[in-house]
Amino acid sequence: MTVLVLVETETEAEGAAVAEVSRETLTLARALGDVHALVVGEAPPAVVEQLASYGVQRVLVAGGEAYSSYAAAAWATAVVAAVRGGDQVTAVAAAGTPRGNEVLAHVACRLGVAMAANVVSVEGDAPMTVSRQVLGGSALEVMPLADSVAVLSVAGHACDPRPAESASSPEVEALQVEVPEADLRARVVRTEPGEPDESGSLKSARVVVGAGRGAGSADGFKDLVELTELLDNAALGVSRVVTSLGWRPHHEQVGQTGSRVTPDLYLACGISGAIQHWAGMSSSKTILAINTDPDAPMVTKAHYAVIGDLHEIVPAINEELRRRRAG
Amino acid sequence: MANPSTGSGRRVLVCIKRVPDLGGEISLTADGMSVDDSNLGHTVSPHEEAAVELAIQTAKDTGGEATVLTLGSSDAVEQLRNALALGCTGAVLVEADASAYGPADVAAAIADVVREHERAGTTYDLVLLGNDASDTGDFQVGIRLSYLLDRPVVAGVSTLGVSGDRVTARGQSPDGGTEIYEVPLPAVLTVMEGGVEPRYPSIPGRMKAKKIKIEEIAPSGEPAGSGRVRLTLPPAQPSQVTVLGEGPEAAGAVVDLLEKLGVTR
Amino acid sequence: MASVPTSARVVVIGAGIVGNSLVYHLARLGWRDIVQIDKGPLPNPGGSTGHASNFIFPVDHSREITDLTLDSVRQYQEMGVFTQSGGFEVARTEERMEELRRRMSSAKAWGIESELVTPEQVVEKVPFLDADRIVGAFWTPTVGVVDSLRAGTIMRERALELGVLTVVPTVEVTGLDTEDGPTGPTVKRVRTTGGDIEAETVVIACGVWSPKIGDMAGISIPLTPAVHQMISVGPCPQLAEREGEISFPIVRDMDTFCYERQHGADMEVGSYAHRAILHEPEEIPSIEQAKLSPTEMPFTSEDFDPQLEQAFELMPELLGAEGAEIRYAINGLLSLTCDGSPILGESEVKNLWTASAVWVKEGPGVGRAVAEWMTHGESEIDVSASDIARFYPHQMRREHTRLRTTESFIKTYGIVHPSEQYESDRDQRLAPMHDSEVKLGARFFEAVGWERPQWYESNADLLDVYGEAVMPREHEWDSRWWSPIVNAEHLRMRESAGVIDLTAFAIFDVTGPGALDAVQRTCVAQCDVAVGRVIYTPVLDHKGGFRSDLTVMRLGEEHFRVVTGGAHGMADKKWFADQLPGDGSARLSDVTDEISTIGLWGPRARDILGSLTSEDVSHEGFGFLTCREIALRTGGGREVSVLASRISYVGELGWELYVPMGQAAAVWDALLEAGAPHGARPVGIGVYATTGRIEKGYRAFGYELDGERTIMEAGMARPKVKKADFVGKEAYLQQRDGAQSSSGPKTVLCTLSVDDHTSASGVKRYMLGGEPILTRDGATLTDGHGHHPYVTTAGSAPSLGKHLLMAYLPPEEARVGNELAVSYMEELYPVTVAAADATPLFDPSNDRIKG
Repeated sequence: MTVLVLVETETEAEGAAVAEVSRETLTLARALGDVHALVVGEAPPAVVEQLASYGVQRVLVAGGEAYSSYAAAAWATAVVAAVRGGDQVTAVAAAGTPRGNEVLAHVACRLGVAMAANVVSVEGDAPMTVSRQVLGGSALEVMPLADSVAVLSVAGHACDPRPAESASSPEVEALQVEVPEADLRARVVRTEPGEPDESGSLKSARVVVGAGRGAGSADGFKDLVELTELLDNAALGVSRVVTSLGWRPHHEQVGQTGSRVTPDLYLACGISGAIQHWAGMSSSKTILAINTDPDAPMVTKAHYAVIGDLHEIVPAINEELRRRRAG
Repeated sequence: MANPSTGSGRRVLVCIKRVPDLGGEISLTADGMSVDDSNLGHTVSPHEEAAVELAIQTAKDTGGEATVLTLGSSDAVEQLRNALALGCTGAVLVEADASAYGPADVAAAIADVVREHERAGTTYDLVLLGNDASDTGDFQVGIRLSYLLDRPVVAGVSTLGVSGDRVTARGQSPDGGTEIYEVPLPAVLTVMEGGVEPRYPSIPGRMKAKKIKIEEIAPSGEPAGSGRVRLTLPPAQPSQVTVLGEGPEAAGAVVDLLEKLGVTR
Repeated sequence: MASVPTSARVVVIGAGIVGNSLVYHLARLGWRDIVQIDKGPLPNPGGSTGHASNFIFPVDHSREITDLTLDSVRQYQEMGVFTQSGGFEVARTEERMEELRRRMSSAKAWGIESELVTPEQVVEKVPFLDADRIVGAFWTPTVGVVDSLRAGTIMRERALELGVLTVVPTVEVTGLDTEDGPTGPTVKRVRTTGGDIEAETVVIACGVWSPKIGDMAGISIPLTPAVHQMISVGPCPQLAEREGEISFPIVRDMDTFCYERQHGADMEVGSYAHRAILHEPEEIPSIEQAKLSPTEMPFTSEDFDPQLEQAFELMPELLGAEGAEIRYAINGLLSLTCDGSPILGESEVKNLWTASAVWVKEGPGVGRAVAEWMTHGESEIDVSASDIARFYPHQMRREHTRLRTTESFIKTYGIVHPSEQYESDRDQRLAPMHDSEVKLGARFFEAVGWERPQWYESNADLLDVYGEAVMPREHEWDSRWWSPIVNAEHLRMRESAGVIDLTAFAIFDVTGPGALDAVQRTCVAQCDVAVGRVIYTPVLDHKGGFRSDLTVMRLGEEHFRVVTGGAHGMADKKWFADQLPGDGSARLSDVTDEISTIGLWGPRARDILGSLTSEDVSHEGFGFLTCREIALRTGGGREVSVLASRISYVGELGWELYVPMGQAAAVWDALLEAGAPHGARPVGIGVYATTGRIEKGYRAFGYELDGERTIMEAGMARPKVKKADFVGKEAYLQQRDGAQSSSGPKTVLCTLSVDDHTSASGVKRYMLGGEPILTRDGATLTDGHGHHPYVTTAGSAPSLGKHLLMAYLPPEEARVGNELAVSYMEELYPVTVAAADATPLFDPSNDRIKG
């Protein structure tokens, strides 16, 4: 069988490259059969080379004015053209990104087939049975993809991106696509760069210093506020009990009934880790917990922990930060 | 449904799904086909909360009306009432066993309602859905609906504004910037959380919601189903915490980590 | 994974308000090697304490709960976690105002500053309340909120500072091992996910999980987790502009069963108005499964909707403020029991204790009381109404708890008449003569599952016979759960005779070579008497407070039969069992289910009994305070052997007849039949428990007698104290010495008669019990304990034509003829002390009993 993979590219400092998630998708697809890749826009040599290292046997490029800005329907038209124009394409895959899922949903509609989002593994063929993430990744659903073309997106980290044992030397072909006007009704008309956020506001902060009842009182936040000032783009976030006690304003609340945050570092100070709070910060890249209880859920779920009283530890951290800055 | 008082008033249909409100650990029913929700509350996904918020704001901004729709059992009335309490003024329950419906079935059922209402004189300028339901995570109902209705669709919308007969929708681009779409109405948008802060209901809102009659519709046709064979749970993750130390003496190790993460000033 | 010590003097399971307070008080009282465990993290392990609304209204109709609450407030204040806010209980209806007037009675009786105020006075302090919605309010300035989690941490830390406590959070109990000993099972070991702990003593303080932990040792802790709904609305600008957690008084909207309590910028609205939503302890989600905490269950909004509207009516501007949103809403779990009291004390398993079904408002007080109980054998505050030993088997069924709590949940803020009867799960224990009683139109009241006739509608004809002497009551509240037939039955008993079903008595035998010693040790009265003697005796605790009062019959050299009231029968049984010698030389057997008791009293009692037996029942042949087996003829000429005991609780000649259950119906019928020509009637418990006894000044356990009262104060001292040792003897001797000194007892039980019943509106009112006794002009009285007098029993004395009240008075007020007043529904009624000791007002020389 042949799997057509819609490849996303990105521009890194070293130049254009195949996005990591797409490389994961290629890795998974390679286990199913021959892999063809579709690149929208242009396919610089670096990309083609990378696709070759992943064993891609054919590279299709959809270019032209219709693809100068993103329109999911137009991308889907390209995918469908590639499916129809290819030999025995029995599966279409893309990374389970917003864009990948969106384009594949259009493709599934046009082909009149089912689509499985966020697949982590595939078994068998005709029909293919997939396992895919549901419930936010906390469970897997097993379902068949029995249509003539299986449409699936691949969840991030479903497998490690692994080049093929031997690189291929794919042909690069321009895909001839007729993009109807209707495909361009919903099209990106302009883009704005990400807003650099100087406000230190909670949702965009790189570091959130979280504090709970352990702060002790409305006056117990002095050291924590100082810590946010010593860190880069840091903000204070608090648990519900802190706001409901009136110690801190509600807009600082993190959790089920407050903001959900995804900072690079969440520094949980004196927060036991009730699920209500956990729900608001569990996606933080790194979690460091300071807690008197080594068995507190926040500690056991954290990446790093310091055991002890935040009122002793935070001033010591502040002092150390000041010392190193001065030195 | 009464016509909005102003001519520019936009009618918005927002579609939600009743899902279990999960804690940190889930368990499955004996047949492995669904989550054991006997001791769980129910909610809608964060994306849908944002969609409801946008629907209400759009209705308010244009002097129009927001109608909320769900496909589910009569229990899902709880979620409809919640949306009504927030400011939706109409509600539709397509009463069906949601677990028997695959994404294509759900899209078809919604399309039936949209067409039916259109025949009765109510055209929805915007149909909003969550980007994906938090239980099934299919990522496709909104797009399938757009094909059935032959309307343009934008996915991953975080904010929107209606002006004239166009909607301007903003969403996040892959590089972290913002992508802006301008789409003619009527349109379908799937909403991603993060652009708006969903409101909580007020007491007067809840009181008002109680008095609104919910339109109950029996679905036409048999669903094809989702194809689910079973659910499985991934093995639990053991704690992988690295203890940096105890008490103030650990400050040095903490600052080492802060520097490694590059978050010091 | 945390690990636990391998052994402990005492293991306290639970780190909520109760467990924390318990470890502190145990440490304070000198306990060492205390281990406290909880399956959740600290400081909030996820139980009911963590989501409690944490406010305290001190006034309750129950003295026990009020005293525990006041003690708790004192402890919270001492820890610096109490914020006084004041509190209003607002009335929307005149009926509720009347209940608030009754609440004033309780406030005065318990010495808590309170006043009734107008809607305008409420609005002065709570400007966002709509005065038009209410007719008045009950204001208690000492209402406040506490930080119960902080209090728990402080108490744990204090015990830790003493170096006697090890706290291990996040370990779950997986088993409780017991070992069989000569006097039954003893607790041995606590199994946990962090290892096993060999434990001398274990306390289950696990709130809603207690039944599950109790099951592990085979004991029943009959409570049910029940939902209390709460929402938090905010931010409300009116609240946000004030500093701190609470700056406005708490409002209890009594008629809608809701409360509104400020919490920072939010207003919390809680409700007891919804249907009872009960859960099983096993179904409570784990910490990992729970969305919030295990006891913060998903909110079911449809149950709360009516309360939203009612709360909105009361505070429209606040709750409807722009931006005020429902930000938090839970179905919070709390513990309910079948009778509304906590579950405290040692279980059937030795050294396995529980302190469960306790709310934040009484938590520290309960911790102290249970710690004292574990240390000294009794607590300063009498907690006998909460004793786990009180339950009969039918009350330990989960179904019973579910049915009763379903019924009582709505009464949390309800207007509950002191005599109000439950409707659910009735007919659990039916006397052998039940069918006959039904035919006689018995109005059944429940006593620990038994259906007891309070009066018989078939006696309604006597109302005409006695006319105004039945003392009819004009006011509906005074006559609710009451009938003038009670007084008619009373008069007929005094005139002829009455036959009374006393099947609800608890009866147990103490037998064996060590029986005499065991009974002597337990009872104050001399029990080393001739076989065939009947003894009435107080039973004391170690500090000389009452444990019970009961009768003992010596049926043989090594055989004593104990007869006691059904209500505290199970607790008495445990108390006796606890006094049995460890060598097994005496044993206790419960014969309650085998023996029915029938009372026959009145001037014609001897004639009636004599007509059924050929035995000599003359005064000479069957003396007072003796008992023996006699044969009674019943229907069809069948003879039944019954144990007859010549004793009386109603002040009349007569007998208690102990009849095998199987023959009791026949004996009952025979007595009624034989009595009919003499004018005898079946007579209900209304006479036995109230009118008959109050005329005779007889004291009742649970009313006049409890752990905080002494023999001297109750006026029940005998001239001599027996030589043999008994529990409480040392304390009792000290009390007697004190009474002879100039200081005298600190309080004296008196009987008072009401001089005038006429209220301001002209309607005659009759007190029901619990009302404060004041000076004629309404000034407060205070006894030597610092307590204020209140009515312990109120009832008609039809033979005297008086309404009588019993109350403990300051000694200087305890003078016959002293003119005082009783406050009832916020009006004063003149009363006069009629007896300042145990002298009966009716037949003071007891000629009738001895006749």
